[in-house]
Amino acid sequence: MVRSIIDVPDLTPAELDALMDTAEDIIARPDDYADACRRKKLATLFFEPSTRTRLSFEAAMYELGGNVLSVTGAGTSSAAKGESVADTAKTVSCYADIIAMRHPKEGAALVAARSASVPVINAGDGGHCHPTQTLADLLTIRREKGRLGNLTVGLCGDLKFGRTVHSLINAMSRYEGLKFVLISPEELKVPSYVKNEALKKKAIPYTQTTDLMDVIGELDILYMTRVQRERFFNEEDYLRLRDSYILTPEKLKKAREDLCVMHPLPRVNEISVAVDEDPRACYFKQVLNGKYMRMALILMLLGLKAGGDRA
Amino acid sequence: MNVDSIQNGIVIDHIAAGNAMKLYRLLGLDGLDVPVAMITNVVSGKLGRKDIIKIDADIPVDINVIGYVDPGATVNIIRNGELAEKKRIDLPETLVNVLKCKNPRCISTCEQELDQVFRLSDRVRREYRCAWCEAKAEL
Repeated sequence: MVRSIIDVPDLTPAELDALMDTAEDIIARPDDYADACRRKKLATLFFEPSTRTRLSFEAAMYELGGNVLSVTGAGTSSAAKGESVADTAKTVSCYADIIAMRHPKEGAALVAARSASVPVINAGDGGHCHPTQTLADLLTIRREKGRLGNLTVGLCGDLKFGRTVHSLINAMSRYEGLKFVLISPEELKVPSYVKNEALKKKAIPYTQTTDLMDVIGELDILYMTRVQRERFFNEEDYLRLRDSYILTPEKLKKAREDLCVMHPLPRVNEISVAVDEDPRACYFKQVLNGKYMRMALILMLLGLKAGGDRA
Repeated sequence: MNVDSIQNGIVIDHIAAGNAMKLYRLLGLDGLDVPVAMITNVVSGKLGRKDIIKIDADIPVDINVIGYVDPGATVNIIRNGELAEKKRIDLPETLVNVLKCKNPRCISTCEQELDQVFRLSDRVRREYRCAWCEAKAEL
């Protein structure tokens, strides 16, 4: 089976560091990578709506000099005719050198990876994993704060269904000197298995609160999340919890001058548009960092480096 | 209460009281056309109360299923009325096509011929998670 990336723990800490180093090198010397993936094809199979992730993968491949084959929406693909994920992966492997796949079913990327004969990158499988978002988050923190350890990280909003939050906690739990502050309504707290695996087992300190303003002044990172309609079975629960936390310039007055405000996007209303002007708003930098990390990941999985040489 | 001893078959003993029915169902014993006896709430020196299942035929049983439901159970293989083999039971690392994932968002609910695979995620709490979506197993 070829190497695929389904979740962040598929990467060793050394590989994560190497990916971030490559991403920073791409940022510093983009021309050196402009032909790195010449004659290579990325297939983007998106069976669930997504704008930014698909465009980010496609932009990443184009900036590496490669080409893109794209499928968007299950309704226009063989999946609508009842084709299995495994068969789709086998078929697409005949056309492309690497696959980025988003699918509404949890575990779909793993099924695809087991059948594909080319690397598969999980671009989101339902509420389960979204590793390249976490890669974007890690690079953003490293670039903004200069380190990934010795930080107080606040996570705010939907911490129950928010896959990016679980993944970020898991990924960051590998670094020293961290403290997590988990801010959510009672109904949307981090599931206990995530706390047990990533925090309690590693003796990483954390606190839980329902009040953002009580803790905002102690944070180095504030990671806001959207309460996602698609993760609820019940519309009433969604509407009740949607507006739990809205970050405004007023609230930011109590925060540190060097706070880094992050959000996986898209936002609905949980960060006021007025916050965008604040230098502490880093969520659009995250988007850009996501593209660089996807470039680095594509290079790693294809065994390529700057100039198109084999790694 | 007396249940005749068996000549050739399997005795699953030392099942914690209340677990025999779960085992009966998960082992698919209800689909067999051989005599099966399930004795519940038997007085036991070791357990206080225990359940026993006797299968009057030498058929293959999935030891992993027994380990999942009750790792303290013992499996005795009987041949010609004698104890021929005693099998050690442990919590299995993997369960294949024993449980069904109950997460409606899991790929295993719709992917053709995909095995239902669960992996042991916490030995102390005897917790299993779906290999595909990582949802916790529920009996």
